[in-house]
Amino acid sequence: MKRVRIDSTVIVLGILLLTIAVGAVLVSTVGRSFFSAGNIRDILTGMSVLGLVAIGQTLVILGASLDLSVTYVMSLSSLLAATTMAGNPGNIPWAVTLTLLVCAGIGLANGLIVTVLKVNGFIATLGVGLILQGVLNTNFQGSAGAVPWDFQLIGATGIGPVPLSTLIMIALAVAVWFLLGRTRTGAHLFAVGGDPEVARLSGVRTRPPLIAAHVMCSLFAGLAGLLLASRLGVGSPTVGQQGGYALLSIAAVVLGGTLLLGGRGSIWGTIGGVAIFAVLDNVMSVMQVNPFLKDVVRGVVIVAAVAVYSRRAIVRRRSRFGPGGTRTGGDAAAIAAAPAMAAASAALDPTTTTEGGAR
Amino acid sequence: MTDTALRDAPLPGGSGADDVVLRARGVGKSFFGVEVLSGIDLDVRRGEVHGLVGENGAGKSTFMKILAGVHVADRGTVEFEGREVSYTHPRQAMDAGLVTVFQEFTLLPERTVAQNVFLGREPRRGGFLDRTGMIARTRALLDDLGVGFIDPTARVGSLTVAEQQIVEIVKALSFDARLISMDEPTAALSDHEVELLTAIIRRLTARGVAVVYVSHRLKEIFDLCDRITILKDGAHVSTDDTADLTPAELVRRMVGRPIQSYFPEPVAGTVPGDALLELSGCGNAFVDGVSLTLRAGEIVGVAGLQGSGRTELVEGVFGIQPFSRGTVRLGGAPVRLRHPREAVRAGLALVTEDRKAQGLSLGQSVLDNALLVVRSVFAGRTRAARRDIPGILSALEVSSRGVDQEVRFLSGGNQQKVVLAKWLVTDPRIVLFDEPTRGIDVGAKVAVYQLMRQLAAEGKAVLMVSSELPEVIGMSDRILVMRDGELAAELPAGAAEHEVLAAATGAREGAGDVVADPRVAGAEEQR
Repeated sequence: MKRVRIDSTVIVLGILLLTIAVGAVLVSTVGRSFFSAGNIRDILTGMSVLGLVAIGQTLVILGASLDLSVTYVMSLSSLLAATTMAGNPGNIPWAVTLTLLVCAGIGLANGLIVTVLKVNGFIATLGVGLILQGVLNTNFQGSAGAVPWDFQLIGATGIGPVPLSTLIMIALAVAVWFLLGRTRTGAHLFAVGGDPEVARLSGVRTRPPLIAAHVMCSLFAGLAGLLLASRLGVGSPTVGQQGGYALLSIAAVVLGGTLLLGGRGSIWGTIGGVAIFAVLDNVMSVMQVNPFLKDVVRGVVIVAAVAVYSRRAIVRRRSRFGPGGTRTGGDAAAIAAAPAMAAASAALDPTTTTEGGAR
Repeated sequence: MTDTALRDAPLPGGSGADDVVLRARGVGKSFFGVEVLSGIDLDVRRGEVHGLVGENGAGKSTFMKILAGVHVADRGTVEFEGREVSYTHPRQAMDAGLVTVFQEFTLLPERTVAQNVFLGREPRRGGFLDRTGMIARTRALLDDLGVGFIDPTARVGSLTVAEQQIVEIVKALSFDARLISMDEPTAALSDHEVELLTAIIRRLTARGVAVVYVSHRLKEIFDLCDRITILKDGAHVSTDDTADLTPAELVRRMVGRPIQSYFPEPVAGTVPGDALLELSGCGNAFVDGVSLTLRAGEIVGVAGLQGSGRTELVEGVFGIQPFSRGTVRLGGAPVRLRHPREAVRAGLALVTEDRKAQGLSLGQSVLDNALLVVRSVFAGRTRAARRDIPGILSALEVSSRGVDQEVRFLSGGNQQKVVLAKWLVTDPRIVLFDEPTRGIDVGAKVAVYQLMRQLAAEGKAVLMVSSELPEVIGMSDRILVMRDGELAAELPAGAAEHEVLAAATGAREGAGDVVADPRVAGAEEQR
């Protein structure tokens, strides 16, 4: 009776476990331990920056938009923070506040361009990203500023094998999970991403959720930039671009089962996608794989995973005959539902079956 | 409560004007200077099912959209529960208790039943969504309708069409609806699902909810409705108690207009020749058991209601949704067309229903569009085709600034002629038309009709799907009628509109003398 569909988060977890299993075997062949505390710390550290960016990207993609400006926001954030701190621990609160305010402002601009000017998210954020790149290139020739030791500790300390940065990332993922599942903003973001017209007809104001998603996406990119500044000790105008975080975060989101067209997805799928990339990177680093081959492997994983999802394509027109149909000889679902339906109509109005129901 | 009891019993709350929940007076609406509704008067009473019937374009949908707040009336007044109202957003109408269930679902397939029902006004507790409350309230609404087998936490996309329809109704009820209008709620439902829907509607009306019911299926209209209002060409024809109306009379009032005289006569000397296309027992996921023969020199019309499988039939022939059962013969030889490319190679052409999305590349020139098929399928003939196209375009009287103009700047009629040119240049033997005159002016329509006659005279076979009954009747040598994905009847040239409608809707009366199909006859006996 109950119709089960495998949740995409489950698929992602399956792929992750498979990756870990294969990775552990491969790592042991070169005489190293995959599950050593040091190695696990490396993997988790690798997850935190991409994880932060991908959480934000998930929000935007759920709303059927995209954010390509995250890389530049990260670079700007690292520079703003490092130059404002200028080596003085007393400046940390002010520097963090200023940086996040600027990032939120960029997100607001993205959101307004997408919702009010109705520019496609891909183009809007590409344009904003180019503007930011121009600003960065004219104002900074290279690394700048200095991050005080107190702030560098964020990127360097941890609890057992778990780095503090990863804990922060996971805590924020929980917050976003709550936002998506337990607030109207979250529910409306899914609706706007799924079908803006349906959302509008149901009385949802369609702009605020998407603007909020863009603001949060830029904030998360800003946090990722702060984390990079804490690790590097300086701000860098190219740190975001070097990591290729924009496309990589989109890939992680899609790998996590979120529909690129919006309206379907989950934050834990994204974290799973990030973890898969982190494990792959770690295994290939330990194995000392050629860096170019790394990209090949990443590419294959993305394409293969999305091909799996596409097999469960959204049916646009229900068939009437044969598998998937709702009529004569069709659809297991319809057949399964038929007795319940017949029982319900009989219970509701016995006369319909005897009087009008000669068929 | 049986339907007769409901129909004959005095309406709850006494009689007279107090019972009227909705009173429309002189409601009119024009789009771009064309009047689509002219002064509609309608009273809907508490607890009644009020049928609204009429042909395509009669104004039913426009009227419903005015009630729903999607369109605003230009003239006239609408009173709901005694107060004059004019909604500018659907949500205003819903909040007032006047809820519309549209033909196109307003559900999100990726979200759960409960999330859909409360979309836009999710209950909150302490600032956060009250999920348990939302699910409990949805479950209560479902149980209340006797459809507790629908799980409020199920994804809507995993439900059957009928269940989705019920979720739409539950969503309507969650607004405390006093009037629900439904646009073709059964178009995609099977018989036992229709029974359930009928039972639900009866339960609603017993509680005093008024229902405005739009349907093309006359059986349902007569089974379900207390009163029936007929619209024709945007005007109110009549409102009667169902008991005072027969299906034959209803169809006569719906149609009752002379067939326009602009259909050209067949070219002299056109005679049906050999069978070019033969289907026997063909079917796929959308149509089943289709057998037909199409001869050279013949124009065969395909009629049927929205969703009856008209378009799916030609898509099956053309390999867009290939047939998985049955055999197709072209000129006597069995073939399997699994892709449009194979169909084009075999000498078929399909003028699609939606020329902007399926027929043309709007940003490209007239010439590029006209060469689209030849270039991709018969690349070797491109040079010759390039020479032929100007002649074909001028024969079709395409008015453009030249072959370099982008087709998006052409009128609908001229765009359609470019689509025709695209196929004529491939020199097809069998031409399938799907809604060939949708959204084009009368002059272009006549040009399309003349082209069909000319193709027939040249010994080609023409199959034309159309929702315009006068067109089907005026042009066809034979008329095939689709219903529920199957061929329901074959009628001779010159059949009356009410005969075609009767076959398409499965109406009991007025069909017996024309329908030769054993399946339909069988259905008659059962009753």
